[in-house]
Amino acid sequence: MMNEFLKFIENNLQITYILILAIFVGVEVIKSIPAVLHTPLMSGANALSGVVIVGAILVMLHADPTDYVALSLGFVAVVLGVLNVVGGFAVTDRMLQMFKRKK
Amino acid sequence: MGILLNIIYLIATVTFIVGLKMLGHPETAKKGNLIGATGMGLAIVGTVFVHGQQVSPLIYILIGAAILIGSIIGWLIAIKVEMTKMPELVSLFNGFGGASAALIGLVEYGKNVNNATQSTTIVSGIIIGAITFSGSLIAWGKLNGSLKSVVRIPYYNIINNLVIIGIVIFAAFMVATGVDSQLLLYGLLATGLIYGILFVLPIGGADMPVVISLLNSLTGIAAAITGILYNNMVMLVGGILVGSAGIILTVAMCKAMNRTLGSVIFGAFGGAATTPGENKALGSIKSTNPSDAAIMMNYANKVVIVPGYGLAVAQAQHVIHELEELLTKKGVNVKYAIHPVAGRMPGHMNVLLAESNVEYNMLVEMEDINPQFSNTDIVLVVGANDVVNPAAHNNPASPIYGMPILDVENAKHIIVNKRSMNAGYAGIENELFYNSKTSMLFGDAKAALTDLVAELKNM
Repeated sequence: MMNEFLKFIENNLQITYILILAIFVGVEVIKSIPAVLHTPLMSGANALSGVVIVGAILVMLHADPTDYVALSLGFVAVVLGVLNVVGGFAVTDRMLQMFKRKK
Repeated sequence: MGILLNIIYLIATVTFIVGLKMLGHPETAKKGNLIGATGMGLAIVGTVFVHGQQVSPLIYILIGAAILIGSIIGWLIAIKVEMTKMPELVSLFNGFGGASAALIGLVEYGKNVNNATQSTTIVSGIIIGAITFSGSLIAWGKLNGSLKSVVRIPYYNIINNLVIIGIVIFAAFMVATGVDSQLLLYGLLATGLIYGILFVLPIGGADMPVVISLLNSLTGIAAAITGILYNNMVMLVGGILVGSAGIILTVAMCKAMNRTLGSVIFGAFGGAATTPGENKALGSIKSTNPSDAAIMMNYANKVVIVPGYGLAVAQAQHVIHELEELLTKKGVNVKYAIHPVAGRMPGHMNVLLAESNVEYNMLVEMEDINPQFSNTDIVLVVGANDVVNPAAHNNPASPIYGMPILDVENAKHIIVNKRSMNAGYAGIENELFYNSKTSMLFGDAKAALTDLVAELKNM
């Protein structure tokens, strides 16, 4: 088990580095957010998690045109991912618009 | 994958970091959101057009159609929804992201069964995606009121732990044997979905902001896992950023309630707390009417308004702003006291009051307002309950014991607007209502405040 783990790290050294550095970047970027922005931050971050749509598009691009199962699952994945992205950014924008109006 | 696409992904990754950073400051937040959205658009367009593979036109048409459908629906929902419905909407969108990650895993599993690293990644993506999806849908249902707020399942902890252990064993078995069975794959998906339901179903009320930020974080992790699968940095970094943001908010929310994450997840609020018949000599309550309340407020020097979830439910954010303006015009010093977990998502009250144009500087956070209550004439509590419950200070048996609260009982007089004497979301008696300084103003928040405003106008 330990060997497997070490092998995984060795084979994916670059990605492991990026993973760990990204965690630190995330924590540094987000810490000490004023409470007034908690909701827009959450909603904006939520929209960013829709980046999974890139994977959904890749699924469809790699799919065999006769593989209907992969195509339909991919199709639904793309629709849901886009919903997350577009809906998330749009709603965050609307929220921030409200904050701005009275300045 | 060509160098051009990689550069596009690199740019997108940078926009995510910059965008998220800017979202953290009031002046730059709106621009930050747009920058993130632009990066996302680039990443999507780049993936579709610059991937450098031979793809049949049918697939292009399908991808285009899917993007179009998702964009239109997402846009319409986002534009049409009322601001008070924000928590459930964020949950719903979040669930979609999780579902997307799980579906990707379903397709990729069959192609990668012989590679233990890849199949571990895929299996984790399916499980986390499924948990996020069903959990977010349950949260959505709870927040929009279609699900009964707190569901208690017998032997909840045991069942919950068994399901987790079951999932881990199931997943390990699939990875170890490299079995390519659609039946098992969908079985795994189903167990993930079931766990998501079990996880969120018993959580209620004041714990909701914690759950929502946690689910948000999980979707990010699911996206990052998918990024590892495709060796795709924009997904990896984007997902991790969201994961960190969610965890930080989750921890902040837990801290605001003086609870550990574990106790939120494993010890559903109020589980054993509401031993009925414990209403021992809490005293009697005193009710008041809008006209008396208006007189009191008219002659006060300082009024602090404590908004809670009830304000959102009654859609009373506009009328409360009217009340506040009216009092200010009469020379009363008015502030809003915002508890970090008031409402059903982090920052809920801020968004709600911003919608009705309340000035930022009138909203005071808990640490700053607490010392001010002793020289406050009147506290008006509207639709809040647990965040002003003194049991948090003086009743070690209470499930909210130790949670920092707004010390409204230090004020000279407290007016509590509530629909009825029903216990709050957490199902805990609130002795504040029986305090001799407290008057209850029963009624729907919007109706009661409208009457209050009308009375004040006549003075």
